Amino acid sequence: MHVPDGFIDAPVSVAAGVVAVGAVAVSLRGARRELDERTAPLAGLVAAFIFAVQMLNFPVAAGTSGHLMGGALAAILVGPYTGVLCVSVVLLMQGVFFADGGLTALGVNITVMGVVTVLVAYGLFRLLTGVLPRTRRSATASAFVAALISVPAAAAAFTLLYWVGGTTDVPIGKVFTAMVGVHTLIGIGEAVITALTVGAVLAVRPDLVHGVSGLAAPLKLRVDGELVDAPAAPRDPGPPLAARSTRGFWITGLVSAFLLAGVVSFYASTDLDGLERVAADQGIDETAEEHGAADSPLAEYGVGGITNTRLSGGLAGVIGVSATVVVGTGVFWVVRRRHDHDPAPHGQDRDAASGPAPDRASGPDRGPAPAPDRDPGPDRAPGHRRDQGDA
Amino acid sequence: MGAGHAHKLYRHGHSPVHALPPHCKLAAVFCFVLVVVATPREAMWAFGLYAALLAAVAAVARVPVGFLLKRLVVEVPFVAFALLMPFVVPGEQTSVLGVSVSVPGLWGAWNVLAKATLGVAASVLLASTTELRAVLLGLQRLKLPPLLVQIASFMIRYGDVVTDEMRRMSIARRSRGFEARGVRHWRVLAASAGALFIRSYERGERVHLAMVSRGYTGTMPVIDEVTATRAQWAYAAALPALALAVCLLGWTL
Repeated sequence: MHVPDGFIDAPVSVAAGVVAVGAVAVSLRGARRELDERTAPLAGLVAAFIFAVQMLNFPVAAGTSGHLMGGALAAILVGPYTGVLCVSVVLLMQGVFFADGGLTALGVNITVMGVVTVLVAYGLFRLLTGVLPRTRRSATASAFVAALISVPAAAAAFTLLYWVGGTTDVPIGKVFTAMVGVHTLIGIGEAVITALTVGAVLAVRPDLVHGVSGLAAPLKLRVDGELVDAPAAPRDPGPPLAARSTRGFWITGLVSAFLLAGVVSFYASTDLDGLERVAADQGIDETAEEHGAADSPLAEYGVGGITNTRLSGGLAGVIGVSATVVVGTGVFWVVRRRHDHDPAPHGQDRDAASGPAPDRASGPDRGPAPAPDRDPGPDRAPGHRRDQGDA
Repeated sequence: MGAGHAHKLYRHGHSPVHALPPHCKLAAVFCFVLVVVATPREAMWAFGLYAALLAAVAAVARVPVGFLLKRLVVEVPFVAFALLMPFVVPGEQTSVLGVSVSVPGLWGAWNVLAKATLGVAASVLLASTTELRAVLLGLQRLKLPPLLVQIASFMIRYGDVVTDEMRRMSIARRSRGFEARGVRHWRVLAASAGALFIRSYERGERVHLAMVSRGYTGTMPVIDEVTATRAQWAYAAALPALALAVCLLGWTL
C-alpha cells in the first residue's frame, strides 16, 4: 500500500502529514510509558523485526506469494504506541532509502498504514480479549479478527484520502469496492499469519505479548523431584496504570465494529457491473496478471479488481458478511456463556490494562522478569518452539 | 560481516553531491518532490525539465544510468496501476492505436507516472550519494525528535542483523527438508516469525543493558555534529530553486 508521489494532491498530503506528525508525537510520549528508557533500543529492534518480517514471503497458491504488513502484529505484540512508532519508522526508512512510497506521501502512508491499522487492530484485539474467556486460544482468535479487519480498514482510510485529494477522478465507489475487496482477501492471509505468530509467541514468552496478560503459567520450582509453586516474586506495585480505564479501547472497538458493518452494507448497495464490463470489454486481463506477488496492493487492485472482478468482488462481499455474522454470533455466544458461568466478568478488564506493566517495567536494576517459559536457547529450529512453551 | 561497511544502497564516491552535508540534501530532495507534486499535469514540458535537472544531478554525482534505472524498478506495481487508469476512468473517450481509452484516465495515468517516477528517482539519488548514518544525522539536524532518530538508527543498524537471523532460520528450515509450498506451511513460517520477534525483543533488552552499562542515560551523545556553510546550502538549493522556477512557469504558461 505504499503510496507514491503524485497520487494524492499536495494539500491533502500536507494535511495527512500533520496528522502523522501528531500521531507520532503522541506515540513518542506513549511509548516512553510502555517501554521506559528502553524505548530507543527496543522500539528500534521491533522496527527492524517488522522490516524483516515484511520480507518473509508466504506462498499462497499457484506460484504467487504474499507478505505480512505487520501493523496489527506490532500493535498486539508491543502495544499501540510502540506499534505506531515502529511502523512509522519503517515507512520513513523505506521512503528515504528504498524509494518505497513517496516522500510527500509519507504522511499519507503513516496515517493509513501506521495509525489506522494499529488503532483498529489494537482496539478490536482488546475488545475481543476483554469479552472472550482468557485463554491462549481466544487471544489467538482475537489476533485473527483484529488483523483481518485492520487491513480493509486501512484500505477504506486510503479511499477516504483518495476521495478528498485524489489526483484522478476514478469513481470513488469503484475505488472503494476494489480496494476494500482486494484488501479483505489480503487481510485473510495477514490474519492467519498474525494469529499464528501471536500464538507462537504466546507459547514461548506470553509475557512479551503486550495485548494480553495473565496467560503466563505460574513459575514452578523442582524441589526433590517434585514441582511446587514458586513463591510469588515481589512485584512493583503499578498504581498509575491500574487506574487507567479501558473505556478508550472499548470505544475504539465499537467504532471498528460499526465500520465493519458500514463496509458490509456498502457491498449490498454497490454496483460492481461497471468495472467488470470495462475490464471485460477492453480485454486487459493479460496486462494485470503478472503482479500478484508485487507488494503494492494497488497492483493487486489490478489483479483482484480487474482480472477476477466478479470472483473477488463477490467473494469479498461474502467474506465480509460472514465475518460479521461469525464475529457477532461469537461475541453474543461468549457473552451469554460467561454470564452463565462467571457472575463478575468486569473485574478482568481492569487487570488486562494493568497486568503487563510490572513485568515490563523491569529495568536494569531489577532481576529478570518472572518469565516462566524462558526461551530454551537460540539454536533450536523455529518449528519446535510451540511444543516448548507448553511445558 | 566480511563485506564492506557501507550499505548496498550507497554508492561510494567523491563527487560534489557526495560532499554536500546530508541535511542540505534531504531538504533539497524534499522540496524538489513537493514542487514536482504541485506542478499542473498539463505542463508536460515541465516534467521533462525536471527529469533533465535530475539527470544533471546524477551526472555531477557520477551515478551511472544503469544503477539508477535498476533502482527505479521499485515503482513497477504503480506503473501497472497507472496503465489501467485509461480504461477504468469514465469520461470523454478517445482512440489510441485503435483502442478506445478515456481522456481523464490518460491524464491521470500520466500524472501518477511522471510524478512518482521523478519522486523515486530523487530518493534513489539521495540514498545512493548519502551514507545511511549521514542521513540519520541529517534528519536529527532537521529537528526530527532525537528519540525517533535513535529508533531509526537502531532499526538501520540492526535491520541487517535481524534479516540475517531470518535468513539463518530459513537455512535451518531448508536443511531439515522444509519447503514452503502453500497455505499448509504457514504455521511453520509464522512460528519462525514468532521466534524472530522474541529474538529481536530479547536482543533489544540486551542492547539496552549493554548501553546502560556504558553510561546511557536516554540520549545519545552527538560526537560528529554536521554543519553546513552558506555556500553549501546555496549549492543544495539549486535543484529545488530551479524546479520551483519551472513549476511557476508551468502554472503561468
